[in-house]
Amino acid sequence: MKKQTIILAASIVSSVILAGCGGGKSGGIEPKEMADALHSVMEADRTVYTRLIINRLAKEEKVIKASEHWKDEKALVLPAQMFRYGAERVAEKGAPFSYSLLSEWPVNKQNKPKTDIEKKGLTYIAENPGKNFYGEEELGGTKYFTAIYPDVAVAPACVSCHNEHKDTPRTDFKIGDVMGGVVIRIPVKS
Amino acid sequence: MFTNKAAWFFWLIITIGLVIYLVMQLNSKDKTVFLPGKTSHGHHQIEMACSACHTDAFGGKDVLQNACMSCHGEELKIADDSHPKSKFTDPRNADRVTKLDARACITCHVEHQEEITLAMGVTVPEDFCFKCHEDVAEERPSHAGLDFYSCATAGCHNFHDNRALYEDFLEKHLGQPTVLDEAKVTSKSELQQYLLIVDYPIAQYPIKQLNKNDIDAPSEAAKNQDINRDWLETAHAEAGVNCTACHTTKTESNQTTWTDKPTHEACATCHKPEQDGFLAGKHGMRLAQNLTPMKPALAKIEMKADAHDKEMTCISCHSSHRFDIKQAAVASCLSCHNDQHSLSYKKSLHYVLWQKEIAGQAKDSSGVSCATCHMPRITHKKGEARVVISQHNQNDNLRPNEKMLRSVCMSCHGLEFSIDALADTGLIKNNFSSSPGIHVESMDMVRKRVQEKSN
Repeated sequence: MKKQTIILAASIVSSVILAGCGGGKSGGIEPKEMADALHSVMEADRTVYTRLIINRLAKEEKVIKASEHWKDEKALVLPAQMFRYGAERVAEKGAPFSYSLLSEWPVNKQNKPKTDIEKKGLTYIAENPGKNFYGEEELGGTKYFTAIYPDVAVAPACVSCHNEHKDTPRTDFKIGDVMGGVVIRIPVKS
Repeated sequence: MFTNKAAWFFWLIITIGLVIYLVMQLNSKDKTVFLPGKTSHGHHQIEMACSACHTDAFGGKDVLQNACMSCHGEELKIADDSHPKSKFTDPRNADRVTKLDARACITCHVEHQEEITLAMGVTVPEDFCFKCHEDVAEERPSHAGLDFYSCATAGCHNFHDNRALYEDFLEKHLGQPTVLDEAKVTSKSELQQYLLIVDYPIAQYPIKQLNKNDIDAPSEAAKNQDINRDWLETAHAEAGVNCTACHTTKTESNQTTWTDKPTHEACATCHKPEQDGFLAGKHGMRLAQNLTPMKPALAKIEMKADAHDKEMTCISCHSSHRFDIKQAAVASCLSCHNDQHSLSYKKSLHYVLWQKEIAGQAKDSSGVSCATCHMPRITHKKGEARVVISQHNQNDNLRPNEKMLRSVCMSCHGLEFSIDALADTGLIKNNFSSSPGIHVESMDMVRKRVQEKSN
């Protein structure tokens, strides 16, 4: 990914998310503000999709299935996939930030924490409910401001699906548990 | 002995001569002098159209990446590419990119390197899976001790297309019989459905059965009774497609005029999806680059000597007035292809089924012709319309051959049998005239895992 300055990132994000909200500061916003703003949108969309689409239609009304293999099964895309596809589209567009959904108990082992900050951050948010984790790290020669937010089980569908998945390493999730974390990275000047 | 002055003069003349020669070559049709090495069998036909890939002299990897994606990007999307570029632009995978820069096609697939190009037509590093999945046995103990190069060579995984190989898919198809009860491919769509996806000039050529008196060719052209008879027996005459629907072209002043020899573009008026496939495959890719049509003589696989000078256009296979799809599905292929797989076809059970179908002794779409497997029925989408047509890019599902599992084999056979059959190169050579002699372990591993989970 191109090295981007935080000023450029801030201007793009502030125009998309914070326009008219009075959230911007002259000269740009801080990486933490930008990450928090991005996360608030992500969390809202993720919760809405999980509650209003997946939990309602697949779990409560049972009118359609949700499946990891949604194309083959003619089913709804899982919330975690919805999130990942969004992140991939953002990456394809070359946006000046990236995000992912990780967990210490991932169904897909590629989504377990890998960098030191990810490991530290995911442990922190699991041990400190309601708190976020912020840090800086250098990856591939680029310095990043990295923010990690708790991803909480908001609906019965989250819990049952993860507890019952054949590849899950944990089977005792309950509503309200931190199941993983949203990791947002913003490149910053060294 | 040369003086310094003479030597410089000599050098200058040689240099100027060389520059003139290279500039002339650059503007000539034969650019062989610029080839850095032999081109792969996927691209050799268009190697004289350098700019098809090298769209800009500057720009390096990005230029080539864009060129790769302009032809192959769509198929990767359709294949639900397991390793899209976006996976590797994620900063958390920066360490992996330093081991294998999977953001660029040319990291693994280097062109003009014949000595390291594999049968699949591309170069592939042996250890590309291992670089990121070295610890796979931690998650899948069944994979402990497997050779680092075996992931993609044992018939179990592909880097890009795993639509028929992912674990849950294998599990879903455990225990299928060798031949399914309903063994047939999808039937093609009817004319009315087909009209939804093409720009057929219906006002000019309404759908109605035409007869001899309707022929609208100029009187000289209309004299050929053989052509008239052939046309009258086709779906074209049945659907109202008169002579001028195909036999017209535009003059320089944009006037419509009669032409004796319509090109593939005339066919594309109504058969654009098929033409797009044809131009993307090995039969039509030269035409797509404005080169002369492909000839069997240019092929890198064995072709019949008497077919060497045939030019590949739509009518090479479909003939010019009969448009016999049965001929196009077998006889046309075998009139050129002379490799062992092709020559063995008529000894296969697939051919027996094909003969039964065309004799009317078996159900529609239950026979297996060359085209059944190599130009399979696909669902073409245009807007909300879905139409089953024949994929005319014969290379679309060819390599890696696991692409055939879903598009072809599984229409008639169980998945386990199909995986084994495709992994057996000897069986492919004899055109599936015997049973698979190889067994791929992937289904066994899944079976074992399912049992373990249920205990």
